[in-house]
Amino acid sequence: MSPNNIFDFEKPIIELEHRLEEMRKIADENGMEMEGAAEDLKKKILDLKKNIYGNLSRWQRVQMSRHPDRPYALDYIKHISDEFIELFGDRCYADDKAMIGGLARVGGRTVMFIGQQKGRTTKQRQYRNFGMPNPEGYRKALRLMKMAEKFGIPVVSLIDTPGAYPGLEAEERGQGEAIARNLIEMARLRTPILCIIIGEGASGGALGIGIGDRVYMMENTWYSVISPESCSSILWRSWENKEQAAEALKLTAHDNFELNLIDGIVPEPLGGAHREPEAAYALVKARILEDLEELTTLPMEQLLRERVQKFANMGAYTEVEAAPIMVKTPESVKEQTASSQGRAQA
Amino acid sequence: MSPWACPFPEKNLDVRHLLASTQNLGFPFSRLQRRDFGGNARTAFSILPLDGLYLLWTNQDPMSWFKRAKDNIQTRTEDKNNTPDGLWAKCPNCKKALQTKMLRKNAYVCMHCEHHLKIGSAEYFDLIFDEGHFEELNAQLVSADPLHFEDTKKYPDRIQASMAKSGLNDAIRTAVGPVHGNHIMVCAMDFSFIGGSMGSVVGEKISRAIDYCLEHRTPLLIISKSGGARMMEGALSLMQMAKISAKLALLGQASIPFISLLTDPTTGGVTASFAMQGDLNIAEPEALIGFAGPRVIKETIGRDLPEGFQRSEFLLEHGFLDFIVSRKELKDRLHLAFGMLMNEDEGEPA
Repeated sequence: MSPNNIFDFEKPIIELEHRLEEMRKIADENGMEMEGAAEDLKKKILDLKKNIYGNLSRWQRVQMSRHPDRPYALDYIKHISDEFIELFGDRCYADDKAMIGGLARVGGRTVMFIGQQKGRTTKQRQYRNFGMPNPEGYRKALRLMKMAEKFGIPVVSLIDTPGAYPGLEAEERGQGEAIARNLIEMARLRTPILCIIIGEGASGGALGIGIGDRVYMMENTWYSVISPESCSSILWRSWENKEQAAEALKLTAHDNFELNLIDGIVPEPLGGAHREPEAAYALVKARILEDLEELTTLPMEQLLRERVQKFANMGAYTEVEAAPIMVKTPESVKEQTASSQGRAQA
Repeated sequence: MSPWACPFPEKNLDVRHLLASTQNLGFPFSRLQRRDFGGNARTAFSILPLDGLYLLWTNQDPMSWFKRAKDNIQTRTEDKNNTPDGLWAKCPNCKKALQTKMLRKNAYVCMHCEHHLKIGSAEYFDLIFDEGHFEELNAQLVSADPLHFEDTKKYPDRIQASMAKSGLNDAIRTAVGPVHGNHIMVCAMDFSFIGGSMGSVVGEKISRAIDYCLEHRTPLLIISKSGGARMMEGALSLMQMAKISAKLALLGQASIPFISLLTDPTTGGVTASFAMQGDLNIAEPEALIGFAGPRVIKETIGRDLPEGFQRSEFLLEHGFLDFIVSRKELKDRLHLAFGMLMNEDEGEPA
């Protein structure tokens, strides 16, 4: 692992791993028996890892979700599927490189994958627009979902985006409308939908392919209404409070599970999906197969009813005693109109 | 000559010219004093007659003293576009005086320039329902604090402060009442409550309004006026987009019409959900409508935005609105459109 891909909080682990390596080297050179000491050190490293990765702060989880070595949507798809045909284009305007999708065979089952795609090198990152889809991306995803509905193929959505692209052309082509349409269409799509947040789940850009019968988050991901940086810049008027903002937003997988906003957490190998990608692929594949097994047996009407009900139940509010149902006379409206004019309508 | 005018319009004027010129103007040398005005290190000369300062000259453009030195001095939030109190108001667009009584009769549209002033749910209910008759639903819903959110202020304190300031329980009110005799459900957002932001209460109120519409086959109007989802409820706010969309899907399946009226401003998660999901999406003139806010887009693309960008007329041109409606005609157009969508006979032909 290149040194710039190591977070500060991982440094104690790397230090111990170095020491273990050195110890082995010395043992080899001198023909000494050091297995006992090495075993002790190995155990110490494991304990330290469990301690550090088990107690990551919310901001550290955000950092993990953005790790440059982390597997992206196409990595998962290619390693999970036996066959994969990537499909392109929204049939209206363009092919969005930040949104990918296609037909795949997974464990003998046909699946329609959709997902946001990030790039790894500078060139790829630009090509993928940093995983920020334009309206044509959401329309491409919808086209593929509609095709899946037509042929009774379940949809698996892999979410990983820092947000929908906030550009001038994106607005001209209706970024808001594209996401809004996906929300309503996904709520009534007559085929099972499974969503997994594999990296970043930023706001409407993530939700635009995020309505499903089951929604999961991987262990080191985040999902919220805004990124901690933007939240910090709006509420604290500075980019410096991002750690505080991450804490306040309660944006990790565990937080969202406790708030009943997701159905479960997909565990990651110790140290994150990028440390042992093969293990991460296996865990995601198992989750997909297990859930599709169950979802595809449910009657369609029940599936749709439960999907709507699941999202309808989300929310936290209280009901106060006063003002149950008011019938207003014209006079009282006039009074209210007059008094409400004094309000600051900023 | 005027005592404040600079007699030397040329730049980089030498002090000797100054001295010569002042003599030509009849000022004796002895009255000329060199003065440092600190701050911007401007050097100025003043000519001091007995009764005070008469003339100034500087080696910089003297007019810069009267110009704003710093950019980006912004109007404080509380000074912006207030819906006016009292007898007289000023149009925020053309700055002309408006009589508040007349303004109400004119549907809160400026009599001089047709600017649509920002109004809240109470005014919309008054404008839309027959003689202001309506029944408000679920007014008792108020925000909880599921995340124990705290930034510079605790979320419950922010809610309390907003309630006290606006006299509202949250950023939306839902009511059912007659419009030219036919009942419709109106959900109207209030920008004065934390920027019209959408949290759990907004989601639940709209959700229950849709339940009512489904039960009574009542057509639905949602008047959007919002900065987007409410940050202080985190992912819960985001999920309100999903929740309302799911409910609207049911309304659509029941073939009950939904008109979305977008007003100034409608941005963020509200644009990216119910505001754009109407059978008809209509807007008031010149309303700001967009997904990302203009400031964010400007920062992203690094150049200025074109005139009229993200305004109602722009959206109509790009195909995202059915039509733009003046607030003065709103009620009649709604009645007509809902009547046609409900596909009911008008009764006896006139």
